Amino acid sequence: MKLIELKNIYKTYPNGVTALADVNLEIAKGEFVFIIGPTGCGKSTLMKLLYREEKPTKGNVLVGGIKVERLRNRKVYKLRKKIGVIFQNYRLLPKKTVYENVAFPLSSNGIKDSEIRPKVLKALDRVGLKEKIKSFPDELSGGEQQRVCIARAIVNEPKLLLCDEPTGNLDPKVSKEIMDLIESINKKLGTTIIMVTHDAQIVNRMKKRVISIDNGVITKDILKGKYKENESN
Amino acid sequence: MRAIRVFLRSFNEAFKSVFRNFSLSIASVTCTTITLILVSIAILFSYNVNNVTKKLENELTIIVYLEKDASKEQTEALEGRILNIKNVEEVKFKSKDEWKFEMQNYSTTLNTTLSYLEENPLLDSYIVKVKNVRDLRKTSEKIQKEEIVRTAEYGEGMVEQIISIFDIVEKVTVVIVIALVLVTAFLINNTIKLTIFSRRSEIEIMRLVGTSNYAIKLPFIFEGLFLGIIGSIIPIIVTIYGYIIAYTRLDGHLFSNMLSLVKPFSFVLYVSLILVIIGSVVGIFGSYKAVRKYLKV
Repeated sequence: MKLIELKNIYKTYPNGVTALADVNLEIAKGEFVFIIGPTGCGKSTLMKLLYREEKPTKGNVLVGGIKVERLRNRKVYKLRKKIGVIFQNYRLLPKKTVYENVAFPLSSNGIKDSEIRPKVLKALDRVGLKEKIKSFPDELSGGEQQRVCIARAIVNEPKLLLCDEPTGNLDPKVSKEIMDLIESINKKLGTTIIMVTHDAQIVNRMKKRVISIDNGVITKDILKGKYKENESN
Repeated sequence: MRAIRVFLRSFNEAFKSVFRNFSLSIASVTCTTITLILVSIAILFSYNVNNVTKKLENELTIIVYLEKDASKEQTEALEGRILNIKNVEEVKFKSKDEWKFEMQNYSTTLNTTLSYLEENPLLDSYIVKVKNVRDLRKTSEKIQKEEIVRTAEYGEGMVEQIISIFDIVEKVTVVIVIALVLVTAFLINNTIKLTIFSRRSEIEIMRLVGTSNYAIKLPFIFEGLFLGIIGSIIPIIVTIYGYIIAYTRLDGHLFSNMLSLVKPFSFVLYVSLILVIIGSVVGIFGSYKAVRKYLKV
């Protein structure tokens, strides 16, 4: 069953730069997909289309049955509640504790405290940060901050987790831990994962489906585990 | 239920946020405090000026002297006709004996002179109070035309000058107060905008994790409200104590008894209320506008 469908996507920014041209893509539920390509090739734009930070100039974006490109600005939150997003630069709320950060997607939507607490603790337990719930983000290491972000992204138990270079700021050892964590989320919760990365090592090691983009066009779509044999980045 | 929880949580969040963003809060509050003190001074001043002018206006009357041979019926009929003039508020009869008594008390020379005369040489009169002093001349002219009226005086010339001075003073103070309120609104608005600008990444993150625009806006709006209220605390204290101290020091009037000050209670409470309202409205409005900018509504 497909979770994501992109049909004839074109994206041209107001400054005239064409980021994506005629992109067609389907991703099934529970899949783990890497998106790779040189800087400025359009992979981040592709991600932004999925969580409706950008609208396509032409074409349709379907995420979990929602016609994303038709979503109005003030309805966007309905889509985002169903999607977890992780970034290279973490993007935690600096003035909130770890607990508050993870609880934020729930509490800001008016969920009861009695329902929030077990969910937050479960998410923090999964990322291994249960003892740090009272810390503030700047008291944590980079790897820990990224874990908090992952906990925040999965606290709603989304069907889709978008990761935009989540290991970009981390050393190889911590990167591996984070990747293991994301993989376990994919396996245990059945969450669909789409990850943009530059790190060839990770892509080679994980043996997942790899989509490579160059100049706004999908140049390769290599099925699970075949990537390493074809080339190394 | 959900909306109520979002509402209450926003209130809570905003309260915490005021303290967690301490330096920014201080900036907003200081700005609000200083401008509100200026507004307070302007309000106190203009209200007192208006109070004095009103009082003086109230003292302005037309004195209508009657002919000596006017009969009682004629006099009473005249009173009725004067009362019928639109601008007339009150008519009081003052007999020649009352005038005489007043004059005798006023100076000893007058006293001896008047007591020599067998007959009272003064005239019966009406003292007419008007509703609008600006029409004093017209009203007095109307009364002047009456048959048994000898003269209707209102202090011509002098009165017109006084009234035009009052008019100018009143207009100037109103303009000053309005200008100050606008400046306050602008300053507070800008400070809050800067505060929120520095937190726009926070708003982006909220959007990212699926917070509705309503739930994003609300804590900021409450925060604006809190900052406005906190910012009005010192101005209110300054207003209440400052005015009471000034009032007692000056003994309730400026220069002469004519220029009496407004009594502190409940005047200062009323001004304080205005300050809180200005503070909170500007706070709410400023943060609302600033958040909207980053919400891409």
